[in-house]
Amino acid sequence: MADTFQLEIVTPEKTVVKDLAEEAQIPGKNGYLGILPGHAPLITELAIGEITYRMGGLTHHLAVAWGFAEVLPDKVTILAETAERADEIDVDRAQKAKGRAEKFLNSVDPAVDYNRAEAALDRADTRLEVATQEPPKKQ
Amino acid sequence: MANILDIRRRIRSVTNTRQITKAMKMVSAAKLRRAQERALAARPYAQMLTNVLKSLVSRAEIYDPETGEPRHPLLAKRDERNILLIVVTGDKGLAGAFNSNILKAAMQFLAVKAGKNIEIEAIGRRGRDFLGRRFAAAAPRTADSQAPAATSVIHEQVGVLGKLDYSLAGGTAERVIQRYAAGDIDAVYLLYNEFKSVIAQRLIVEQLLPISEIGVVDVQQATELTQKERKRAQEAAKKAGVGMRPPDTHDMDEAAAHFATAEVDYIYEQPADELFSSLLPKYVGIQIFHALQESVAAEHAARMTAMEAATSNATDMIDSLTLVMNRARQAKITKEIIEIVSGAAAAQ
Repeated sequence: MADTFQLEIVTPEKTVVKDLAEEAQIPGKNGYLGILPGHAPLITELAIGEITYRMGGLTHHLAVAWGFAEVLPDKVTILAETAERADEIDVDRAQKAKGRAEKFLNSVDPAVDYNRAEAALDRADTRLEVATQEPPKKQ
Repeated sequence: MANILDIRRRIRSVTNTRQITKAMKMVSAAKLRRAQERALAARPYAQMLTNVLKSLVSRAEIYDPETGEPRHPLLAKRDERNILLIVVTGDKGLAGAFNSNILKAAMQFLAVKAGKNIEIEAIGRRGRDFLGRRFAAAAPRTADSQAPAATSVIHEQVGVLGKLDYSLAGGTAERVIQRYAAGDIDAVYLLYNEFKSVIAQRLIVEQLLPISEIGVVDVQQATELTQKERKRAQEAAKKAGVGMRPPDTHDMDEAAAHFATAEVDYIYEQPADELFSSLLPKYVGIQIFHALQESVAAEHAARMTAMEAATSNATDMIDSLTLVMNRARQAKITKEIIEIVSGAAAAQ
């Protein structure tokens, strides 16, 4: 059995990742999934969260907001609305978004869409978390 | 007799103008190339999404097996009473008839749908200016509003096409879907300039909602390029070194076609109909994104063509002015010789 699989992460704007991976973790809607080569075929929606994959001792982190994944024994394809590597994340913007979302959540205005604010907060938190991860390096 | 100095001044002025139009042409050509690359980069996502939705249609029993009625609100057809038209134009002018053709098509569409309540969303400054002058701005209708049928502009987005990203399309899709699902509007149309390549363009009105068939662009009204326009675009593209063939996407599409459609038993983490419901809005988003990208490419192509025409007109003008100037100079010399000769003759 092969010890790697193809990983592809595609967003509406471009193909973000097209790489080999030894192991990946993806934020499934029902909880994080760890994927090794030879995984059973699976289809799932992704939640807001962090994709991590490891190849040759390097660990890569990406922040995703909603996605859709197909897992095959030798290939994983992820369609994501946004997928950003740690160094592509605009920390300032994420921090501002976080502040905005928190303000909405704390307000008592009935016009506030709490689900939306909560999702925005989640996205900002994930981005900030991924951004603080070390860039890929040997472990 | 024209003054030689004046003519020379005019030639210089036209030469300067030609330099500007030439530069604009080259800039547009570069921008066009970039827009085409971006559109190409966006293709896999769109194709994959379309394919997976198609495969889910049968698996999730989206259509009621007995009545054939769709079970998803975005697929259900309703009587058209309230229509939303999204008009995509450019933000800037100097692009030949690009903007005015789109707006002409918009007026044509409005004439066809006359008598219905039509709301317009303008994307692009040119469309906003034109439509905003003709129709009153109004708040979006809700399902139970009783106001008489009218045409109004309800939303505008200007200055966003220069740095186009998916969030613009995604946000628009979200808003539109929400209103459609709530019953505020019964149909959504998208008017834009489709762009396959410099010589294969159409102005189309696409029906965005309800979705009649996934993966098929539902064209309601289309205007092709005229022969003359096509020839001019072809010449401009050739001179600016822009490829005329649409890029080859066969391999890319082939790869995308396998997405989530392998002949295996997938484990579905979520039920198929749930997946379908969350993917369908993304499909609408990608349709809008695609339209915006093509419109941007088409705008650059139109500007490139217009500037090529302007440059060649300036060259013609310089040629004819140079001719006039030479003639005037010759006439002046001849006149001087005559004066000298006749002066000498008189002295004898």
